[in-house]
Amino acid sequence: MKQSETLLSVEDVKVYFKYAGGGLFSQSEPQYIKAVDGISFDIKRGETLGIVGESGCGKSTLARAVIRMVPIHAGRVLWMGQDLVSLSTDDMRGKRKDLQMIFQDPLASLNPRMTLGQIISEPLKTHFPKMPKTEMRERVAKVMARVGLLPNMVNRYPHEFSGGQCQRIGIARALILEPKLIICDEPVSALDVSIQAQVINLLMDIQKEMNLSLMFIAHDLSVVQHISTRVMVLYLGNVVEIADADDLYENPSHPYTRALIAAVPDVDRPAPADRENMMIDGELPSPLSPPSGCPFRTRCPKAQAICTEEKPPLLEPAAGHSVACHFHTVAQVG
Amino acid sequence: MTNVSMTNSTDTQGDVANTKGRSLWQDARRRFLQNRAAVVSLIVLMGVCLIALFGPLLAAWDNETVDWNVLGDIATLGAPSLSNGHYFGTDELGRDLYSRVVQGTQVSLMVGIVGSTIAVILGTLYGATAGYVGGKTDNIMMRIVDILMSIPYMFVLILLLVVFGRSMWLLFVGVGMISWLEMSRIVRGQTLTLKSKEYVDAALSIGVKHHVIVLRHIIPNLLGVIVIYATLLVPQMILTESFISFLGLGVQEPNTSWGALISEGASTLQYGTYWQLLFPLAFFVITLFCFFFIGDGLRDALDPKDR
Repeated sequence: MKQSETLLSVEDVKVYFKYAGGGLFSQSEPQYIKAVDGISFDIKRGETLGIVGESGCGKSTLARAVIRMVPIHAGRVLWMGQDLVSLSTDDMRGKRKDLQMIFQDPLASLNPRMTLGQIISEPLKTHFPKMPKTEMRERVAKVMARVGLLPNMVNRYPHEFSGGQCQRIGIARALILEPKLIICDEPVSALDVSIQAQVINLLMDIQKEMNLSLMFIAHDLSVVQHISTRVMVLYLGNVVEIADADDLYENPSHPYTRALIAAVPDVDRPAPADRENMMIDGELPSPLSPPSGCPFRTRCPKAQAICTEEKPPLLEPAAGHSVACHFHTVAQVG
Repeated sequence: MTNVSMTNSTDTQGDVANTKGRSLWQDARRRFLQNRAAVVSLIVLMGVCLIALFGPLLAAWDNETVDWNVLGDIATLGAPSLSNGHYFGTDELGRDLYSRVVQGTQVSLMVGIVGSTIAVILGTLYGATAGYVGGKTDNIMMRIVDILMSIPYMFVLILLLVVFGRSMWLLFVGVGMISWLEMSRIVRGQTLTLKSKEYVDAALSIGVKHHVIVLRHIIPNLLGVIVIYATLLVPQMILTESFISFLGLGVQEPNTSWGALISEGASTLQYGTYWQLLFPLAFFVITLFCFFFIGDGLRDALDPKDR
């Protein structure tokens, strides 16, 4: 992969939510939910980082932490070399021009009392309050045409659109400021499969056209494989594996990644012979009391004594392929 | 309302005609117009308002002039009659009851409308701020409301009127001061649910300032609840004023209100001058019913899930 400029660099970010103690009169130490527990990654210009993991593993929290919608406990978020965490609210507001977000529920992310035109032009009104009305209208029309919305829909209200169209509105709203990075928080999870493909292809086309970077969150591996340059697998607020998309799918190193990939139903490809072995049982442990050592050890088929004692560091055994497992080499062979 | 402000903006899009969207308000209006009781009430209420506005033009007598011809025998000569110009009869002092009722209507409607306007503006802003900011601010703001609500306001209002003398302004202030408390509670509760909606997150991620989010995203979505509650608040304000006037502490002569007129009418009922009670009472009851039916219709129209 050709070296290009790093846009976003997340360094050991931790997001903890206090859920008990630590109050004015309480005796106990404050207790935290470790939603995101020390995650680092980079996003380069023009690339797509896919983020996968089960519900509750911290995907959305991570996305919100990057754009400072949830407070960060520790760590740094470098945007083109500048730390977003230490910026004042006003300076951060300026940065939001380059960092847009697409949300999971297409209809719920649109204000039901605003027309499509008002919704799409809101970022413009916010960042360029002095822009003349005619120019604003032109830019709205342009971006609407780009995402495949008819210009005559401009005065309609969100409830008059289908889910796929609503997501196109969401994309148009994110695109109108011509950002450098769009964070997509499960943008297709709420859509039909046929519509999913349309929306994803639209995103990929736009990405190529504008040299956008995407941070693409999903729990559907096939969707992520299709769109991503690199994929990051999260488990309980920790990174378990990061690799180039194709590499990850062909050569998953972490038992959790292998289980995830084995669980994807595929018509063309017969189920692997050892599929049963790869399956994992049990539930995601509560983030209130995460397991000691490796967070995945409670469900890992290969867990050993060392897994309870030591948290495996994220190592890079092969270039561009990092994995957090004590037995990654073993896992690779088996 | 505000939703149609964009309509005539993009008419130059070539051959594709702009489809005009159907806003939630238009949907609500359609549902409201299907509710017969509400529509009839609205028409009747408009009639009452028209009487309040233009009634004086029809009056043969003004509300202060004493008709000396009837003064000696109100019970027979002061009865409602078209021939001497006292359409609703006269009161105990020979003044034209029609003019008095018209004037009472003006005062009572004004008290109701001013009271609920104060409630809407103050209560909405206060409640939305408390709910949106949340945390300690919310706690302190709402505890203040709790404390104010625990004060027996009628007692305080009566004391104020006794100490500072009876005046319209004091009445407005007193009624307005108490009316916004409940409103702010309702608005705050609704704001809490709206705050977690994704479109508020979306606005935050765009970088919209907090006060703009409250004004652009929270309050327009609260308007349904506010409108419903405001229509139900108007009769409550009228009742409060009438109660105070009934006690004799409300508006001052020669001004009058429904409460004052009903009070006078009730005290002279023994002389057989039933119309002195009946006319103001009819206006009072009809108006209250209208407001309640309209509020009910609005609730059905604006909150279809809540039916």
